[in-house]
Amino acid sequence: MTTNQPGTGLWADAFLRIKKDRLALVCLLIIILYALVGFLAWAGLIASDYSAISNDSYAAPSSAHWFGTDIFGRDVLLRTIHGTRIALSIGLVTSLIAIPIGVTLGALAGYFGGIVDEFIIWFYTTMDSIPDLLKIIALSFVLGRGLLSVYISIGFTTWVGLCRLIRGEFLKHKSRDYVQAANAMGASHYRRMFIHILPNVFHIILINFSLRFIMGIKTEVILSYLGMGVEPGQPSWGIMIDDAKLELARGVWWQLVAATVAMFFLVLAFNVFTDALREALDPKLKNK
Amino acid sequence: MFSYIVRRVLYVIPILFGVTLITFVLFNLVGGNPVYQRLGKHGSEAEVKILSHELGLDLPLHQQYVFYLKQCLTFNFGRSWSTNQRIFEMLQNGIGASLSLAIPGFAAGIILSILISLALSFFRNTFVDRAMVVFCLAGISISMLVYIICFQYFLSYKLGIFPISGYETSIDGRWQYLILPMIIWVIVSLGSDVLLYRTIVLDEVFQDYVRTARAKGLTEKVVLLKHVLKNAMIPIITNIALEIPFLYTGSLLLEAFFGIPGLGGMTVQALNNSDFPVIKAMTYIGSIVYVFSNLISDIAYAVVDPRIKLE
Repeated sequence: MTTNQPGTGLWADAFLRIKKDRLALVCLLIIILYALVGFLAWAGLIASDYSAISNDSYAAPSSAHWFGTDIFGRDVLLRTIHGTRIALSIGLVTSLIAIPIGVTLGALAGYFGGIVDEFIIWFYTTMDSIPDLLKIIALSFVLGRGLLSVYISIGFTTWVGLCRLIRGEFLKHKSRDYVQAANAMGASHYRRMFIHILPNVFHIILINFSLRFIMGIKTEVILSYLGMGVEPGQPSWGIMIDDAKLELARGVWWQLVAATVAMFFLVLAFNVFTDALREALDPKLKNK
Repeated sequence: MFSYIVRRVLYVIPILFGVTLITFVLFNLVGGNPVYQRLGKHGSEAEVKILSHELGLDLPLHQQYVFYLKQCLTFNFGRSWSTNQRIFEMLQNGIGASLSLAIPGFAAGIILSILISLALSFFRNTFVDRAMVVFCLAGISISMLVYIICFQYFLSYKLGIFPISGYETSIDGRWQYLILPMIIWVIVSLGSDVLLYRTIVLDEVFQDYVRTARAKGLTEKVVLLKHVLKNAMIPIITNIALEIPFLYTGSLLLEAFFGIPGLGGMTVQALNNSDFPVIKAMTYIGSIVYVFSNLISDIAYAVVDPRIKLE
C-alpha cells in the first residue's frame, strides 16, 4: 500500500491506475465506440435499411457495398452494424437478469449463514452441476427461438459464479467493524447488507459485468449455429457466421470476415479491459 | 481425510436430486406441454389428449415427477421421437465416438498448454512472452465456430489434407476423420489455458523454494519441470475440473460439424428435430457426468493436498 496516496479510496485509486494504463484506455474507447454504434443503430439513426432486399445476391465488396451483400442482396456492412446492437444487448440484458439474482442470493447466503446458506449453496451447486451450455440449450429449446429466449436462457443460467464470489465476500465483511458499528446504530439487516456491505463488493460485480459481455457474445454465436439463437432474418453476428458455413465453398467470404472482425475487436477490447479492471480493483494484486 | 471423502460422496445425493428437480421443472413446467412440440400447432384436441395420456402428461405433477425420477434412476428414458430408437441404445452407440474425440483433444490441449506456459516462464519479460500473450488474447477473441469453418474450408476443402466430414466405426478407420477436429479442439483451448497457466506458473517462479533450488545449482530445466510444475499442478488440476463443461461445447460443435455420430452430434440432431425425450436425457446424463467428474477431482485434490477439508 506504500505507493498509494494517503486517503486514496479504492475507486479513485482504480481510476488512476486505469488512466495510467494506455492500452486499457484504448480498449475502453473501443467499447464506448461500439456502444455508440449499437445505440445509434437501435435508435434507427444509422444503418436503418439493413433489411432492404435488392437484386444483387452475393455481390462482392465494392464502393456501393463495402462488405458486399448476402444471399438476399442485403448490405453486409449495415447488417454487421446492427449485429453490434444485438451483441451488446445480449450482454446488457442478461446482466440485468443474472447480476441481481447472483448478488441477492450470494448476499443472503453469506450474510445470514445457517440454513439459508445451506439451502442457497445446495441450489447453486445443483445449478452448477448442469453444464452451462446444456442449461442454456435446454432452456432456449423449451422457450423457442428468438432474441427474448436468448436473453432469458443466458440470463437465468449464468449467475452462479458471481453468487459464489459475493457469498464469500459477504461472509468476510459481515463481521467487520463497520458492519458491527452499523448494527450498533440500529441499521436493519437489509440496510447493513445493501447499503453498507454492497458498495464494498461492487468491484466484483463490475468485473463480472464486463466478463459477461464476452460470454454473451460468444454464446450467441453457438446458439445461432445450433438453430436456437435469434430469428434467421435478424442481423446477428452469430447468424452471419452460421450462414458462412455454406457460403464459403461458393467463394463468398465477406459475411464471415465482416462478422468475425467486428466481433474480434469488441471481444478483444473486453478481454484486455476486464484484465485491467481486475488488476486495478483487486486488492490482492496491488503493488505486485 | 476418510470422513471428508465420505461426506463428499454423500453430498452427491442432494445434488443429483436437485438436478432431477431442475430438469423436471424446466422440461415439464417451463416448456409447457411437449405434446405440441411433437404434433405441431395444429394437432386436434383428441390427438393431444391421446398423446398426453401415452406420455403420462395428464397425471398430476407429483406423479409425473416420480415417473421421471424412476427414469433417471434406471436410465430408461424411453424412445426417441424422431428415430423411435431406445435412448439408452443411442447413448451406448454414441459414447465411443464422443470419447475418441474428446479425450485425446482435451488431453493434448492441456499438456500442450502446460508445456507452453512453462516455456513462457523461462522467457518471462521478454518479447517472446509478450508476443505470446497478445497472440493468445487475439485467439480467444474469435468464435470457435469461425475456427471450425475456416479450418474445414482451407485444410479439407481447399487443400484436401483431411476428409471434409464423416466417420468410420472401426478403430483404425476413425482416426483420419478425428485428426482435424482434434487439432481445432487443441487450438481453441490453447489461448485461454496458456493465459491462465502462465499466471499460475509465474506465481510459483518467484517463490523461495525456487530460489533455493537454483541456489543449489539445479539447471533451469530441472527447476521448472520438477519443482515448479509439481506445485503449479494443484491450481491447474482445479482448473481442469472446471473446464469439463467445455467438453460439451467442443463435442457439440465439432461432432455436428464433422458428422461424427457421438453424443454431441446426437444432441444437435435432436435439437433440430425437437426430439424432446432425447434432449431431456442428454441434459440429465451430461449433468451426471459432470457431477461425478467433480467428485473425482475433489477426492483427487484431497489426496494430493492434505490441507483440504470440507467445511
